[in-house]
Amino acid sequence: MTERRVVITGLGVVAPGGRGIGELFDALLAGQKHVKPISLFDASGFATRIGGQLDDFSARDYVPKSYRKAVKVMARDIEIAVAAADLAVRDSGIITPGLEGTPTIEPAQLGCNIGAGLICADLDELAAAVNTSTTDGKFDIRAWGNAGMQNLTPLWLLKYLPNMLACHVTIIHLAKGPSNTITCGECSGILAVGEAVRAVARGACDAEIAGGAESKLNPMGLLRQGLLNRLVTNNDAAGEAMRPFDRGHCGTVIGEGGGLLVVEDRDRAMGRNARIYAEVVGFGAGCDPDGIKYPMATPRGLINAIGAALADAKLRPDEIDLLIPQGTGVPAEDQAEAQCLKQALGERGTKVPVLPSAGMTGNLFAGAGAVNLAVGAMALQRQVIPAAINCSDVDPACGLNVPNQTTQTPLRNVLIAGYAVGGQAAAMILRRHQA
Amino acid sequence: MRRRVVITGMGCVTPLGHDVETLWQALLQGKSGISKTEIFDASTFPSTFSAQVKNYRMPEHLAKRHEHAGRHTSFALGAAEQAWKQSGLGESKAYNPDRTGIYMGSGEGNLDFDNFTSMLIDAWKDGKLDTAQWGKLAFERLSLHREQEQEANMVVAHLAAEFGIRGPAFNVLTACAASTQAIGEATMILRRGDADVVMAGGAHSMIHPYGVTGFSRLTALSRNNDDIPGASRPFDLTRDGFVLGEGSSVLILEEFESAKKRGAKMLAEIVGYGSSADAFRITDQDPDGAGAASGMNAALADAGIGPGEVDYISAHGTGTKQNDQVETRGMIAVFGPEMKIPISSIKSMVGHLIAAAGATELVSCVLAIRDQIVPPTANRNTPDPECPLDYVPLVARKAKVETCMKNSFGFGGQNDSLIVRRVRE
Repeated sequence: MTERRVVITGLGVVAPGGRGIGELFDALLAGQKHVKPISLFDASGFATRIGGQLDDFSARDYVPKSYRKAVKVMARDIEIAVAAADLAVRDSGIITPGLEGTPTIEPAQLGCNIGAGLICADLDELAAAVNTSTTDGKFDIRAWGNAGMQNLTPLWLLKYLPNMLACHVTIIHLAKGPSNTITCGECSGILAVGEAVRAVARGACDAEIAGGAESKLNPMGLLRQGLLNRLVTNNDAAGEAMRPFDRGHCGTVIGEGGGLLVVEDRDRAMGRNARIYAEVVGFGAGCDPDGIKYPMATPRGLINAIGAALADAKLRPDEIDLLIPQGTGVPAEDQAEAQCLKQALGERGTKVPVLPSAGMTGNLFAGAGAVNLAVGAMALQRQVIPAAINCSDVDPACGLNVPNQTTQTPLRNVLIAGYAVGGQAAAMILRRHQA
Repeated sequence: MRRRVVITGMGCVTPLGHDVETLWQALLQGKSGISKTEIFDASTFPSTFSAQVKNYRMPEHLAKRHEHAGRHTSFALGAAEQAWKQSGLGESKAYNPDRTGIYMGSGEGNLDFDNFTSMLIDAWKDGKLDTAQWGKLAFERLSLHREQEQEANMVVAHLAAEFGIRGPAFNVLTACAASTQAIGEATMILRRGDADVVMAGGAHSMIHPYGVTGFSRLTALSRNNDDIPGASRPFDLTRDGFVLGEGSSVLILEEFESAKKRGAKMLAEIVGYGSSADAFRITDQDPDGAGAASGMNAALADAGIGPGEVDYISAHGTGTKQNDQVETRGMIAVFGPEMKIPISSIKSMVGHLIAAAGATELVSCVLAIRDQIVPPTANRNTPDPECPLDYVPLVARKAKVETCMKNSFGFGGQNDSLIVRRVRE
């Protein structure tokens, strides 16, 4: 059965350093550093008090007026997804049936697939409700059942369901095609885009809004990553703290953000003279059966994922011109990831230019993969590899080629790879589009 | 010719039995798995009952290897082992872990409720939460494993570890549609040739104080505290909400030719899958059933069959006023107002297993094909004029069943439909 070819026609990112891919990519080129002391909440009780946070951000600026009220029932993860979708759709030139104007796509032909994290309940809101139900300083579940729970808004649960990212996006854009929500930690974004590409390729719909978004900029995010012992604990030089693959790497930094892409049937995109950033030529997934041995990182799923993506693209490793990896900044994880990348790519593994993007933004978790896909698509578009941020002296135990100079160079194929605590992994190959 | 996908193993851990046959017999007899909630003190909650998995313990060898597994993960491991055993893959030379994937629709793991809640109280100062104090307490009271096991990809991680799986691995969490969707997407992966075997299904437990709180605030749960076994009443005029359940079902899906080659017993074939979004409202379903219908139509088109070829529909049938009416309208839109296809909702007996619901209901479809009998909709005593179809009320019914449709709908407007059929050579 022949599959349709699928291209990327819209990029939308919301991340520390940029709202919109142009702004984000320019920030990368300028070597900006956006990890800062956390001000979204009082982090003074935590060993780690820095993060890549979105300042002055609200989805209100990205939704139709009629939808502004709904922002109240959006967890921050949802707000990021909604904003990124708006940016991606506008960037694509498609007028979705939910937007003003004459739609250029049928509702049933527009799908949605978004990678999401475990969304934490707002602690202030929950605590205010819980503290109405105490007896002698302890939680009184009977008082809670009787009356206390009434202090939570009726829609409380719907703020936190992972599929509410896709739910709001599909409502705003009237996207009635296939819909899905992938929850596989840090590789959720690549997996979601991969699934969306497959759906378009097999003809289940003509285009999808796909990617991932997450915010761990909250006490639970700091706590859980802290328990995993993954976090940087030196708070003094925030901008320099996140150092993927650098000799000085000392942990990861929580961030928040996400990316949504418009992936589209190639013929359709060419028919409407869309700007085509790249063609998705390869996708693969894999997993590491040691995923339950956390906190140790287990990126070995990358080997099968990259192998499958290369086979899918019918490419040899030496045809990959740029690699955008996960790069969490945790020394043991970076080293293990580098070993897997080299095993998957053979000789090319030590030579291929590597761009870890998280040095600028912090670790975006479920948002990371799709932001990296957008960065990869932009690198192809502009034929440039931005210098890595906070990786000037590569850890010899990683042994990767991480350029610390921005290089204008012919780029044809870019490989984006990611893996999750828990063992899932994904890889995608983008090719420069030539009409 | 596209690759065909068959089911070669099934396993269940549910409120009506910790294996497939026990569940099936209970369903055919119209038994109820619903009782007073014992997992926590729900005596003052609007709903005091639920469909709990009772007296379940993971087999010793599994418990040893998965000591940190959360409640729903322990269900999933048990269900997966049953399915694995039935498939015979463990003993087969044909088993290749690199060509085997996992596609689960599993939910988040259980919260460390007592510790988590106590911190919200102990760090509460002058009418607000002292986040700095909360942070300090958190590292004293919460533990690595209890927190990490809540991540929604951990069921997949445990299954990969137990069976040594190294192929494509996904978790979908589209609320109540998740495991139907997981099985559908797994089918697509097998068809395309990205794997030869996929372990697919769902696992979930939301029977904890905040889970029940969330659904109570949405007024989604039945409050029929006076008639607990009769509380789940899909398609009945007097229905007043769903009954929260928990559990897991896991299926082994396999590419037809390789299953045939290794002599596997093929239980049914998955021939159609459709997914769509209502894109309507965050709280309500599209009232005319158009979203539901579009998922069903997509599945029929994918299977290449007409509505007349469907012999049985396993409904989502939650027992909420809205769902059952909208679902009925959706079915009428697809099958016509004169449709005579028997429809039932086993949620009337086993409860609503949320992310694990669809997979569990699909298991009942496969058994309906095997035994030529369809399970009833229990408690469906009083017809609802808005729901005028044949819901197989109260008593199981012998029927010719070759092809079944399984529908699932999730909060957020998610619609997923599957079509399974007796395996034809």
